[in-house]
Amino acid sequence: MQPHSHNFKANASHALKNKNLQSALSQMKVGFIERRQTAVDDMPEFEELRDQARDLKNHTLANLDFYLERYEQKATEAGGHVHWAATAAEARKIILDICESVDAKNVTKGKSMISEEIALNDAIEAAGLNVVETDLGEYIVQLRKEPPSHIIAPAVHVLRSEVEDAFREEHKHLADERRLTEPSDLLNEARQVLRQKYMEAEVGITGANFLIAETGSSVIVTNEGNGDLTQTLAKVHIVIASIEKVVPTLEDASSILRVLARSATGQDFSSYTTFSTGPRRPEDLDGPEQYHVVILDNGRSELLGGEFQDALRCIRCGACMNHCPVYHAVGGHSYGWVYPGPIGSVLTPTFLGVEEAGHLPNASTFCGRCESVCPMRIPLPKMMRHYRVKEYENGLSPPSVRAGLDIWGFFARRPSLYRMASRLGSFALRVMGGKRGRADSLPLAGGWTDHRDMPIPTGPTFQDQWSARGGRRRPSR
Amino acid sequence: MSGSREQILGRIRSNLTQAAGPLRETPEVLEKRTIAHERGIRPSRVDKDAAGLVDLFVQRAEKVNATVARIASIDDIPDALATYLANENLPAAFRMSDNPDLNAVPWDKRPALEITKGASDGKDEVGLSRAVGGVAETGTLILASGKESPTSLNFLPETHVVMVKRSEIEGTYEDGWDMVRAKGALSRAVNFITGPSRTGDIEQTIYLGAHGPRRLHILLVDDA
Repeated sequence: MQPHSHNFKANASHALKNKNLQSALSQMKVGFIERRQTAVDDMPEFEELRDQARDLKNHTLANLDFYLERYEQKATEAGGHVHWAATAAEARKIILDICESVDAKNVTKGKSMISEEIALNDAIEAAGLNVVETDLGEYIVQLRKEPPSHIIAPAVHVLRSEVEDAFREEHKHLADERRLTEPSDLLNEARQVLRQKYMEAEVGITGANFLIAETGSSVIVTNEGNGDLTQTLAKVHIVIASIEKVVPTLEDASSILRVLARSATGQDFSSYTTFSTGPRRPEDLDGPEQYHVVILDNGRSELLGGEFQDALRCIRCGACMNHCPVYHAVGGHSYGWVYPGPIGSVLTPTFLGVEEAGHLPNASTFCGRCESVCPMRIPLPKMMRHYRVKEYENGLSPPSVRAGLDIWGFFARRPSLYRMASRLGSFALRVMGGKRGRADSLPLAGGWTDHRDMPIPTGPTFQDQWSARGGRRRPSR
Repeated sequence: MSGSREQILGRIRSNLTQAAGPLRETPEVLEKRTIAHERGIRPSRVDKDAAGLVDLFVQRAEKVNATVARIASIDDIPDALATYLANENLPAAFRMSDNPDLNAVPWDKRPALEITKGASDGKDEVGLSRAVGGVAETGTLILASGKESPTSLNFLPETHVVMVKRSEIEGTYEDGWDMVRAKGALSRAVNFITGPSRTGDIEQTIYLGAHGPRRLHILLVDDA
């Protein structure tokens, strides 16, 4: 999709005024958080499991060349075809070529964020093929012609009545007077319509939660079973996976699976975890005749060995956005590209550059909730800070921010002046706040006081209180 | 494309070698690690004896909306299944995998049951499969594809019935992998199935039966 992350501020104000979106977001604020906590409480070893998952992925990333080659060897031995794509364009071409080679007309898809990253659906449609998303949430956003707004709950921003509207618009062949007010009506209709699509498709495309170096398997984790129908019933199964999805063994995947669903949906385990190895065997009664895996780099290998390598540990559970106050307020579309929330604020500038996505790392209160729940312990706030520094260094921060930082920097380097200025400022605020203890307008601070009052300092500055209590001026070395 | 392969692997190698930290290992060490099947942390919830594990399996499976029938021997399967189908208002007909253990069930005890065998074409309301085993930690069934277990049977019928023996219930996923490996070469598809199909995509409320089975019924046969 065409990124519009540079419009973050405008997107966000728009989102804040969108009543349907706000209503949908208000439901997710509690649900995901409570469910995760319940699942975590039910697993006393959860923190150790997080450490283990982090260490495991660090080990894999440090030896990624070995594990990828090993994976390729095993997948090939199992009868699969492994393709390497350095860029999104290359990945699209590989997939379209495979579709053409089997004269495909209909393509079904399981949920895959990487296919969003490479804008695969647009490319398939442009080639004149039909493509249908089979995950219910993805299907809903496909009908609404919009991107997913959450990495595991693509239609989290859509109300039930809006799903009904989308279904009535698309499923014209069904009776107008049918009832679609209950969730079960919607579910049954999607089930019925999509069942037909699985049967018709020549090619089924899925993502992968893991690739297993030991066996050459690809792994998908779903609740609906749509991914399994997609990859079992089509003649050709294409897996699209990025380089960092590989793990050494089935045991390693099992270890990481213990933190995935608990962090994502708060389930103990998702309904279906499927390990696929190669195409249909001679004795098999079903399964795809061809099995292809497209391994996508798209800029990831550049992160290895650098300050953003830790971001490659991400297993796309969505816990960071489920717990993010900024995401709760503005929703996923405001972020303007494929990956929203805190991980999106790190990945988007990484993939698209600070020029396009420099606003995103600023979309954080640095409350630290994302890092505190990330199953892979990715230091998201630290990474966002890195990008803020980069934005400043590249001269991309707005003039008011730069001026503010320059002024602060001037005083911060002159401690006695700083103390004097903060005493003065505190005094001025107290005069302006009067007895109410808060100010409803302040010079140069309209951005704050337009929406809320500024609390007024109640006494002497911190440093004055510190020295009054006999604290040292300078830390001893 | 082979050019891209070399390019990607080359970049990975050069970035990792330049930043070579203590985690970078020799191919010999990595090779060993890849085949050693080393296990990680074992959740304490499976610290139980065999009977305790079976109870945990049942409890966890029921928690995710599977139903479990504990059955004394395979001779009792026809009655148990016929009763289940009747109670659920389902037709007395099902498609089952062509599996020796399922074939050994004395189906003639219930001649009214209409049995077909093989892969599903999507028209079967009920499918009956044989699991490799069960994992107690989350009430998970493991099914491995092959001529005795077509994958389509696990996903297309609205009701999926799975037979597993009590002695095949183990603690963890890793124990499950040992059972799978003991069967020989890794099947094309290994399905870990935990409860029936569900979705949370409509207003974040869970509804059962999204694309896969609406019901998962486990026939737990006591062979101990």
